[in-house]
Amino acid sequence: MFSDKTSKIVILSGLIIILAGTIAPNWIVNQFMFGFSRALAILGLMVLWRTGLVSFGHAFYFGLGAYAVAIFDIKFGVTDVFLRLLAGALVAGFVGYLLGFIMRNYRDIFFAMLNTAVSMVLFGIVVKTEALGSTDGFAISMSTIFGMSPETKYPLFVIITLVGIGAALTVNYYLKSTYGRLTTAIRDNEIRVEYLGFSVANAIHLKYTLSTILAGGAGALMAMSLGQVDPESMINWTVSGELVFVTILSGPGNVLAPFIGSLVFEVLRTYAFELAPQAWQLIMGATFLTIIFFLPGGIWSLLEKVGGKKNDK
Amino acid sequence: MTNNAPILAVRNLLKTFGAVVAAKDINVDIFEGEVVGIIGANGAGKTCFVNMVTGYLAPTEGSIKYSGNELVGLETRKITHAGISRSFQVSQVFHSMTVAENLMIAIAIANNRGMDALGLMDTPEIRSQLDDVLTRYKLDIHRDSTVSALAQGVRKLLDIAMAVVSKPRILLLDEPTSGISVEEKFDFMDIVMGALREDGVTVLFVEHDMEIVARYVSRVLAFYQGEIIADMPPKEALSDKKVQEFVIGKEHHRKKK
Repeated sequence: MFSDKTSKIVILSGLIIILAGTIAPNWIVNQFMFGFSRALAILGLMVLWRTGLVSFGHAFYFGLGAYAVAIFDIKFGVTDVFLRLLAGALVAGFVGYLLGFIMRNYRDIFFAMLNTAVSMVLFGIVVKTEALGSTDGFAISMSTIFGMSPETKYPLFVIITLVGIGAALTVNYYLKSTYGRLTTAIRDNEIRVEYLGFSVANAIHLKYTLSTILAGGAGALMAMSLGQVDPESMINWTVSGELVFVTILSGPGNVLAPFIGSLVFEVLRTYAFELAPQAWQLIMGATFLTIIFFLPGGIWSLLEKVGGKKNDK
Repeated sequence: MTNNAPILAVRNLLKTFGAVVAAKDINVDIFEGEVVGIIGANGAGKTCFVNMVTGYLAPTEGSIKYSGNELVGLETRKITHAGISRSFQVSQVFHSMTVAENLMIAIAIANNRGMDALGLMDTPEIRSQLDDVLTRYKLDIHRDSTVSALAQGVRKLLDIAMAVVSKPRILLLDEPTSGISVEEKFDFMDIVMGALREDGVTVLFVEHDMEIVARYVSRVLAFYQGEIIADMPPKEALSDKKVQEFVIGKEHHRKKK
């Protein structure tokens, strides 16, 4: 099941990163936590992108996952990292499944903007609702692991990395299944897929729900990493744009790409902000233009060129 | 070869688009094992008929029964599940994929339509079926070629091969030889009809080339302005006055002279 080259690299590199985390300084551990958390959402967007669908509203699910952690913490005192992750992924996945009945009927710009519209509705509700923390959001208590309160962030870093490995392996397997192979097939020719006897709407619905579960999980992990949630950095349309930015930066070539792209994004943003606090967006924009002009296949395509190998899809 | 009960029974089929009547009073029985040629000038209603049988267009009125079961109202994929497949005038394939990948997807879908589709696609069973289809449709040499780089004839062959992997009982081919050179058309049809005969598939194909019609079909349905004006064996059909006037166009040319 996981005997292919990509799966082996995912497992090996994940374990190396976990070991390296024991000696890495805190700021690097933080970068990996944020990067790998976001990478889950990018994995989902990558699946959609391969199907020819781009969502400019997945911050909706990212935010749902993050706010599920906060609300379960405040209302029910849930602090266990696994329960929080499960809550974030399931809440987002459930809502994604329901909205999927609408989204699966739309393509192109309509699909992209319908997702934006939905995310803006949630943003508006959260900002205007005091009970949901309004513009300030909520602080989240430290996560516990099987009842224990870790003193450092390393255990959470290990869990995020392990979740990342699990998600990458799952998506890699999915992409090799008949359902997964239909991603490119649907992008190429929906009519043929229907005439072969497969429901395009059902296939897109499954991909969409998968992407919302991943985005919810990403939001939950990010909330736990940051220790807080707020609408501006979790639900706003700029966050959706950021997720699309990282998806394009990463490239759709391989499940490893979202993790590499997300790390590059974290480092890039940190240094851009340090270098030019008033104009860091300029550096990010220039990077985006460079990627579009010179690396339309994202960072992964560069790695392929350097390695001289074809995609291991 | 034929049984008494028709495999496909079409009754009083009507299709209108506003004031335009695309098909009317279509009544026809198709029997198992037949090879039926559908002929007619452009806009005569041939493709409209194929589209209605395969669920792409809903008839305005009428009934299409397949082995006694009503097809009208069914989605295209349900009609495929029932046992009716089709190919297209412009080949409908996955252009960014290789020939092998196209066929593997078609085979995998034919084998696993529900949640079984979450199983791995590249299995020894599917590989074995792939080799069989590639051989029968003489696509072996194009196995690893990307479809967008292939000639029109090969794409057409792939389109048809993809339509038959689900083992349909009826196959509708929409202008299988359009875009194929005169030198290649008989070789192409020999490959296709040979493979379909082996499988005992009932075939209906839309065709403009009367040489192809005369050579491969056992029965002709001639369409004119949405109606069937002739339903007879090819020899009689091609010499029928109405067919010559409204389909082949000989009378028309003679008058002009």
